[in-house]
Formats: sequence, C-alpha cells, structure tokens
Amino acid sequence: MTEPVLEIRHVHKNFGALRASHDINLTLLPGEIHALIGPNGAGKSTLIKQIAGNLRPDAGEIRFLGQDVTELDTVSRARMGLGRSFQISSVIPEFTVLQNVVLALQGAQGTSYHFFRAVLKDRETTAKAREAAERVGLGDRLAVWAQDLSHGERRKLEIAMALALEPKAFLLDEPMAGMGTEGAAEMTRFLDQLRHEAPILLVEHDMDAVFSLADRISVLDYGEIIATGTVEEIRTNPEVRRAYLGEDEEAV
Amino acid sequence: MTTILFIEQVLNGLQFGVMLFLMAAGLTLVFGVMGLINLAHGSLYMIGAFAAATVSAATGNFVLGLVAALAAAAMAGAVVEIAVIRRLYRRDHLDQVLATFALILIFSEGTRWVFGSFPLYLDIPEMLSGPVTLPGGIEYPVYRLFIIVMGLAVAALLFWLIARTRLGIQIRAGEADREMIAALGIDISKLYTVVFALGAALAGMAGALVGAIQSVEVGMGEPVLILAFVTIIIGGIGSIKGAFVGALLVGLIDTLGRTMLPLVFGSFMADASAATTVGSALASMLIYILMAGVLIARPQGLFGAAA
Amino acid sequence: MRRETIINAALAIGLLAIPLWAHVTGEIFTITLSTRVAILALAAVGLNLALGLGGLISFGHAAYFGLGGYAMGILAFHAQNYDPIFTWPFVFAGTKQMLVIWVVALIVSGLAAFVIGMLTLRTSGAYFIMATLAFGQMLYYLFVSWPKYGGEDGMSIYLRNDFPGVNTLDPIQFFLICYVLLMLGIFVSWRIARSPFGLALQASRQNAERVETVGITPFRIRLAAFVISGMITGLAGALMADLNRFVGPTMFSWQTSGEIMILVILGGVARLYGPVAGAALFILLEHWLGGVSDYWLAFVGALLLLVVLFARGGLIGSLAGREVAHD
Repeated sequence: MTEPVLEIRHVHKNFGALRASHDINLTLLPGEIHALIGPNGAGKSTLIKQIAGNLRPDAGEIRFLGQDVTELDTVSRARMGLGRSFQISSVIPEFTVLQNVVLALQGAQGTSYHFFRAVLKDRETTAKAREAAERVGLGDRLAVWAQDLSHGERRKLEIAMALALEPKAFLLDEPMAGMGTEGAAEMTRFLDQLRHEAPILLVEHDMDAVFSLADRISVLDYGEIIATGTVEEIRTNPEVRRAYLGEDEEAV
Repeated sequence: MTTILFIEQVLNGLQFGVMLFLMAAGLTLVFGVMGLINLAHGSLYMIGAFAAATVSAATGNFVLGLVAALAAAAMAGAVVEIAVIRRLYRRDHLDQVLATFALILIFSEGTRWVFGSFPLYLDIPEMLSGPVTLPGGIEYPVYRLFIIVMGLAVAALLFWLIARTRLGIQIRAGEADREMIAALGIDISKLYTVVFALGAALAGMAGALVGAIQSVEVGMGEPVLILAFVTIIIGGIGSIKGAFVGALLVGLIDTLGRTMLPLVFGSFMADASAATTVGSALASMLIYILMAGVLIARPQGLFGAAA
Repeated sequence: MRRETIINAALAIGLLAIPLWAHVTGEIFTITLSTRVAILALAAVGLNLALGLGGLISFGHAAYFGLGGYAMGILAFHAQNYDPIFTWPFVFAGTKQMLVIWVVALIVSGLAAFVIGMLTLRTSGAYFIMATLAFGQMLYYLFVSWPKYGGEDGMSIYLRNDFPGVNTLDPIQFFLICYVLLMLGIFVSWRIARSPFGLALQASRQNAERVETVGITPFRIRLAAFVISGMITGLAGALMADLNRFVGPTMFSWQTSGEIMILVILGGVARLYGPVAGAALFILLEHWLGGVSDYWLAFVGALLLLVVLFARGGLIGSLAGREVAHD
C-alpha cells in the first residue's frame, strides 16, 4: 500500500461543550482527490484549520510526508509543502497578480530576508510566477491589482499562489464558491489536471464538482466522519443520505 | 523602613491607583464599545483640573469646582465626540491616533492661550485639609484619604452602572457585538456620545481631584494618560475589572518602588548616592518592566479576552 | 516620468540648493533650518519604513531618536571631560569621532528596537500603539532620573564632533554630512521597498494570514523592519544632538514621537520622499506660524486634523495623486 501524503489520526477538538472534531481519521494518498463534504457546521472549517496549523487539536496526530506535524505552526507546514487556498479569497489586495505570486514563490524559496535585491527584476522568479499565473488563466492580468480582480479571478489567483509553492499536497477550501456554472466547470477541469502534481484535499459544496472529481469522499457530520468511500459508495450509503443528502436530494 | 512609613506609602499607592483607574476606565470603555484609541483623554483630565481650579478660585467653593470639572470635561467630551471622534470609528487606528494627537495639540495650546503658561493652584477645602490619625497612630492627610474613598466609590458606582442599569446593558451589548445594538433598536450615535462623555467626566474628575495636590498646568494629562495605557495593557483592554486591578497594581508598585528600591540598594551597596541613583532609576522603570512581563506571559492582559 | 518622481527630484534638489544659496548669501540661519529638515526627515524615513511599509504604528520612535542622541552625548561627554567610560578590558575614553558615534548610535538603537519589538510585536492594533508609547516614556523617565548624564537638564557638548577631512563647525559642511546621510537613508528604504523583504513586509501589513500560508513568518519580518527603522531614527538622533550640541530627555518625550509621526503623515505615508516633504513643511510651519503666534502648534494640530479627516495622502499624495509605485 502506498504511504499517505497526509494522514489525520484520531484527532479531537472541543470548544467547550461543542464537539467540533471527534476521532477524525483521514488519509490523502498520492495522486488522488479526496473530497471532504458535510453540512454547514459539521466541523469542516475546524478540521481544515487543524490541518493547516491555525488550530491545535486537543488530541490526536497529524502527519504530513511521513512526519508528525501536530506541533508545527502554519508557516512550517507551508514550507514543508502544504499549499492552501482559503474559503473566502485571501490575497494581498494592494499587490498586483504578479506580486502576489512572487510573494508565494519567495516564501517557498526562503528568500524573504534579501534586503537589497529588486524582487521584480529577478528574471527566474518572475518567469516562474508568470508561469503559475498563466496556468490558472491569469496570464494577461499580471499587472492588475488583486483588489480589482473579479471574484472568480481572485479564486484563481489563490490557486496560482498555492501552485507557486510547488506543494506536496493541496488543501483547497471551497475553490468553486461563487464561481458561477462556467467558472466552476473550468475550475473542475483544472483541478482534474492538478491532481497529477500533488494530491488534493478538497472541501467543496458544489456536488457536481465533487462527484466528478473525487477519487474518495469523506462525509463529516456533527464533528465525526460518518463515511469514507468512493463516489458510488457514498451515493448509496444510507447513513449519508439520512444525515446529509436527504435534505438536498434533488441536487444530487 | 518603619511600618508606619510603609503603610503611608501603601495608602499613597492606593490613592495613585484609584486616580489611574478613573483615567483607565474611560479609555477602556471607549475602546471596548467604540473600538477607538483616544490619545486626547489626557486633555480631558487637564480640562477637569482647569475648570475645578478656576471655578473654586472664583466661588471659594471646592464642591462647586468639582461639579464644574465634571460638567466641563463631560461637555468637552460630548462636543469633541460629535465634532471629530464619530468620524473616526470606522477609520483605522493610525487615523484615530493622529486625529486625537492633533486634538491634544489644539487643547494644550488653546489652554495655554487662555490661561497662560503659569500653573494654577487648587486649594484643598478647609474641611479636608490637615492630617487625620488612623488606627495605629499613623498620621495621614485627610484629602488623600478622601481621594481614595471617592475613587473607590466611583469604581463601585461604575461596576453597578454596567452590571445593573439599562445604559450598562447597552454598553455590554456594544462591547459584545456592534451589529446587535442596532438590532436592539438602540440609538447608537447617542449611546456613543454618552459613553464618551461618561469617560470624559471620569477623566475630568481625576484631574480635579489630583489638581489639589499637584499644580494645574498644560501638559499635566499626558504622563497620566501613558500610565493609564500601561494600566490597560496590564489589565487587558476593554475590561473595567482589568482596569481596576491594573490601576491598583501600577499605583502600588510605582509608589512603593520609588521609596523602597533606593533603600534596598542602599542596604548592600557601599556608595550611598550611587545606591539612590540606581534605585530610583530602576524604580522609574518598574511598572514598565511589569508591563513587559505581562506582554510576555499574557499579551492580551490579565483580564483581556484571549485573541 | 511619473509625477511623483518629478516631485521627489524637486525636493532632493531644493533641499540641497536652498542651503547652498544661503551659504553664498551668508544666511546661516537658513542653513541651520535646512539641516534640521534633513535630520528630521531622516528620523521620519526610519519611521516610514515601519509605519508606511509595515503598518506598524509606533508611537515610541522617540526612544531610538533619544538613544541615538544620548549615544553621541555620552561618548562625547566622556571624551571632553577626559573621564573614561570603562577601563576594563581596555580603556575607552569616549570619542569625538562622528563615524564611531554613528556606529554606536546604530547599534544601541537597533538593540533597543529589537528588545522593544520582541515585546510589542506580540500584540497588534491599539495594544501595539500603547505599548510602544509606554516604552518610549520608560526611557524618558530613565534618563530623567540618571543624574550622571544631566538628568532632567540634559547635557551640553561644547564642540561639535569631528569628521575626517570636514570642518564640522562650518554650517554648510555639517549640512552636507546630514544631507548625504539622508539621501543614503532614502536610498536604503527605496531598495528595501522593492526587495523580497519589502514585499513580505508590505504583504504582512495587508494580510498576515496569507503571508503565513506561503511559509513566511510575519512576526520576524516585522521585527527586522522595526530594528532597521529604529536604527535609522537613532542615527538621526545622533545628528540632531550634534546640530544642537545638546542632548536632553525631551528627545525621548512622547511629543517627539508624535512629531516624527506628523512628519510622515504630513508628507504622505509610505511615499519615498514623504518624510522630506513632511519635515520641510513642518519646519516652514514652525518658522512662519511660530512668528505669528506662540501657540503655533495649535495650528499644526488643526492642519493635522484636516489632513487626517479629509486629505489622507498627505502632501505628496495631494500633488502626485493616488498612484503608488509598483515597479
């Protein structure tokens, strides 16, 4: 069996009486898209934060690339190669698209303490940044300020920033949110390609996208994973239908 | 050091502490409810002192002076809130700092223009002058005891106001959730003016009370303002309880440090004058060292909500 | 050429040309005013790095200005009184050499900024402002209660310090020293703004969470910026002490911190030449309004209030428009 890239073992997190994560076990295998779904308030955000390093679990272990990263902070995990995008677009608003991607690149390269070199005069870095921007379709928007981008473009920029890190795993929090049908379809095609570079843990509400992309799906409900399996297994799982898809069956 | 001297210094520290509380309470209220950092709070303290000195000199009545201080500071607070401060709530902290710093310049120079550069003096009323003999044979100035009692009474009143009254409910609602108070049908802009004027009145009262034991002059407010900031950092921003504990800590440690540290150093250093120098230099830094300790151990302050 | 570049060039040339012309016509006072502009601008260049690029609202930069000043004061005090600062492991008698004084000023203010930054950068927002203000005040009280170096009265240095090959007592020559250092400071901050470090610093101001997720620690970036910022302001303090041949605890006062901040704001936050424009405007106001009224600071307050409420780009922002360099 192949070694998982990312592994969550028996993770617990409580907020007072609220069980946000209860005995979560989850693996992300090389080359796969593993979708994490669940109704609002099921604890998806809490889990994502624990994986990214914003929150520390009360108990359990998070392993990344075969190493225990439970005690490491966001920065260290990012430097190990965890590429993240946010649910609500998080970019540097007063930077151009190019500057945003260059920032991500220099984070990966660890060159942020160069004080005297003009960063945008560095051909190699800007070429790489340009390439990452072109791959998400922002090649002709390099000089535009991030705050002037459309909603969909900002989502793409986030992916480009994650790409620039050349990550070992992607952690994508609702990349389709607010994208519109056409944009979502485009993003779906893109993610389908992306999995060959690094596996993706995908949190997504767009069920069409999830069912067409995911190799495996885990369903989170009340802080617990109630099922993990292939698309077919999840579609037919009675517990999942009751807990989650029941209220939303028409959309499936 | 004798026990009597020690107790005297503890009382002095308490007196200093309750004054700081009056300053810090207003600052922390305004920050908690409106999210505003107000550097001009020291100016309101100064306005209170000047109003008290002027009115009590004209009428010969200390109580009238005190009332005038409260009224003048509250009015100045309300006017400033309506004219300037309310434009700053939505601005970032930099704009708030700059605009309120500009207000300091305007208030300080304006006061200098009206009253001149010479300090005014506020006389302690006859009834409260002279020493009183406390149990244990300690002689202590009545006026300083009066300040302690007034400060504690105002603190109690403030806790009651916030815990029990309608205004207090609105203040707490405002601290918890700014959207919610609008939903509750509260007139926010009126609430903000009232809270700001309340904070200003507390500062004005502190200025008037202290004005009788120090000179009343331009620039008297800012050193106290900075100490009130230290108090708030120690106690936790937005917390009245934190302001109270922080103020007493700062008042006691600063006062006791200044008398005791030179003595402590004198006990083991051969050179007496060097001991005094080192001791008093260190004493002047003591509360800032305490603040540094709090920043290391609990950056949100002793009673601040965890970020 | 962009409009801001033209304004910057005009400021740089103007600040050089006016004292040179004053030198020719023998107006010493104008040279002194220009020197003050250059030194205050340098102090503000330091703050602008932390405040403008990093968004770190330090209301305690007087700490570094004062430490730079006292670095000069203490070294020269010992040298002029033939009273060694320390005798072990070697005898150090103090110095009157500007170059040595500057290095000491840079190191001392950098160290202080490191310690204060370590403490205050753990906080943010209003806490950071209050804490930096408080630490500045702490140093004020420390030097007030330190009688050896003049206490509340400060101390005078009778002769201006020496610089190899320059007659520092000649106003125009001393001005040129300050001017060159100002230009160096501006050059450094220009390079930093365009460097990878500058990018990370500006990004940390706008969205710290995002910066973390690309593997950069905002705290360290801010700390480094804060230290560089403090050092530049410290160097300006050493120069100001030499200009006045006097150091006193008011260099540490909260008013000094406020004034350095006013210079940045009046000129335009994060503008490369904002500090120069701000310092020039401030000195002109002091000179003109000071002649009209003893209460001229009230007018500065009113002006500042208007700038904050209605003209947020400062002087250069109003003249050059909203665009900010993004090359």
